[in-house]
Amino acid sequence: MPRVLIPTSLQQFAGGADELEASGSTIGAVLSDLMERHPNLKKQLYSDRGELRHFVNIYKGSEDSRSLLGMDTPISEDEELSIVPSIAGGVAAPTRPKIVLPDPISVIDDARAGAVEFSNEEILRYSRHLMLPEVNLEGQKKLRAARVLCIGAGGLGSPLAMYLAAAGIGTIGIVDFDVVDYTNLQRQIIHDTNDVGRLKMESARDTIADINPFVEVIGFEEMFTSQNAMSIAKDFDIIIDGTDNFPTRYLTNDVCVLLGKPNVYGSIFRFEGQASVFWAEHGPCYRCLYPEPPPPGLVPSCAEGGVLGVLPGIVGCLQANEAIKLILGVGNPLIGRLLLFNALKMQFRELRLQKDPSCPICGPNRTIHELIDYEEFCGIRGEETLPQEVEEGEEITVSQLKARMDRGEKLNVIDVREPHEFAIARIPGTKLIPLNQVEERSGEFDKNEEIILHCRSGKRSADALNRLKAKGFRKLKNLVGGITAWSDEIDPKVPKY
Amino acid sequence: MIRLSEAHLQAVRDHGISEFPRECCGVLIGDLDDGTKTVTEVRPLPNTFTPSDEFERSAGPITSQNAGEPVGQERRYMVSPDTMFQLMLEERRTKRKVLGFYHSHPDHPARPSEYDRVWAMPWYSYIIVSILQGAPDALTCWVLSDDASEFESEPMEVYCNEN
Repeated sequence: MPRVLIPTSLQQFAGGADELEASGSTIGAVLSDLMERHPNLKKQLYSDRGELRHFVNIYKGSEDSRSLLGMDTPISEDEELSIVPSIAGGVAAPTRPKIVLPDPISVIDDARAGAVEFSNEEILRYSRHLMLPEVNLEGQKKLRAARVLCIGAGGLGSPLAMYLAAAGIGTIGIVDFDVVDYTNLQRQIIHDTNDVGRLKMESARDTIADINPFVEVIGFEEMFTSQNAMSIAKDFDIIIDGTDNFPTRYLTNDVCVLLGKPNVYGSIFRFEGQASVFWAEHGPCYRCLYPEPPPPGLVPSCAEGGVLGVLPGIVGCLQANEAIKLILGVGNPLIGRLLLFNALKMQFRELRLQKDPSCPICGPNRTIHELIDYEEFCGIRGEETLPQEVEEGEEITVSQLKARMDRGEKLNVIDVREPHEFAIARIPGTKLIPLNQVEERSGEFDKNEEIILHCRSGKRSADALNRLKAKGFRKLKNLVGGITAWSDEIDPKVPKY
Repeated sequence: MIRLSEAHLQAVRDHGISEFPRECCGVLIGDLDDGTKTVTEVRPLPNTFTPSDEFERSAGPITSQNAGEPVGQERRYMVSPDTMFQLMLEERRTKRKVLGFYHSHPDHPARPSEYDRVWAMPWYSYIIVSILQGAPDALTCWVLSDDASEFESEPMEVYCNEN
């Protein structure tokens, strides 16, 4: 029978034994058998509800059963379990500072709301709002009078613009110069399959018109830049940040601070999201939280890092919710609070944010009085225009590669993408060495042999080429356009992603 | 009743001072003779508490209802299960026993908190030293009552160091 080791503190409940035997084929079964034989022990280890108490750990051999299969972990006759208590404690629970949530604020004054009149059709449409005392007719008029600007009609912009439209926001501005792409459809639900290739702004405008024809959409088919941002934003009451890059995020923040408008912020990364309301007149701004952008390349974009499609839906809805509260002037706005959401753990956490007295744009001694060059501020000026340079003669096109393959040449083609990308699509006869392993695995190749490098688009492989060149490799070639070009020009059966 | 030397108590205080403002923790190891615990070694252990311990091991607080800084090592200690397991193996090997544990209460009195009680195991002695603004204050010893409803003060017999 499996043996169970008893800690000294519990031996008094086990007849003084430091080791007991019990039968069963899983940890759970052995424990229940043990508890039947020693009911006194059970009172120490199990709660009144019959659950193993949280500070009791069961080890099989030298492994915590939590890292095995828990109570279902199989156990054989000659194995040993240990009951291991967690020892913990501490001073009395801290008296947490009482959280004072910000008071409701409305961006719409009564005069503007009072000027709104509804048709019977609209009254019916907004019936479920009108029945809420917190909204009612007065609030619905505020929604109708409100002008909300969405920066971006992508992952975050999709759900929030749709809900704002459905809620009856009178005027929705949309800034987006981009075109709908197949890879957008997994999360950008304001666009559908037929919209691929259309301007996002136009596609969004049509969807909004379908949802609620009483909404006026003002489209800005342009990039949100230091040159146009102030004039675009000045006529709106609330700016919603649905951007996916740091330059635009800082730009949006600074525009809001300079114009004294609330910035309803949201961001997403893989499985995690953030939301807050930055409004310098009432609390911290984005720069109080993040004075400096991360170094370029440190935080991958959705395109590079991937994102769970439903995540922007959740975060975008949080933003829509906050925007609507700011219009209605109800509830406690998310000012001075950063909401963190983890979709895998299904956890919401909240951090309190302080206004930074040394904030360069909203502090008393501010140094920024007008919009700046945000690309430069984020250190990415040039990075996009100047990819890794590859010298002349170090490039090979997909058709040249195909021709050489067809001639039966023995080629070293290294794919420097990640394994999950390799699983999606590959060029036949290539070897996978992810970019970050290229240098350490360079010993697998002869420095005088020709090596052809490829990735998805040709950028990472250019990087790999330069790294290998620094290691003394002489005959390196970069596949222009990567596997994407291969799919376009050589083999359309290879999927693009 | 627990017997230990002045040097042992000093070791507990010193550890509390060095970890201040975090809680320190350690184990009391010694001999058990007819129910009398005699400490022969006071051994510092790493405080492995992280806020997620409270969360994961105790169905702990939902942070969105408790906005603000999570509780850290200024207010909590934990001896990791792995360390505890090693101590149990050592007990079998050496026949010396784990008699109890000590920890510090930075800027708080040397009285067990409700949190201490909830996490306490029966029989073990729990020494608490209060460290006020970096200097040692009261040092007390406690053992859980039979029904685990409260901590009872446990008498300490402090013997001379040369014993």
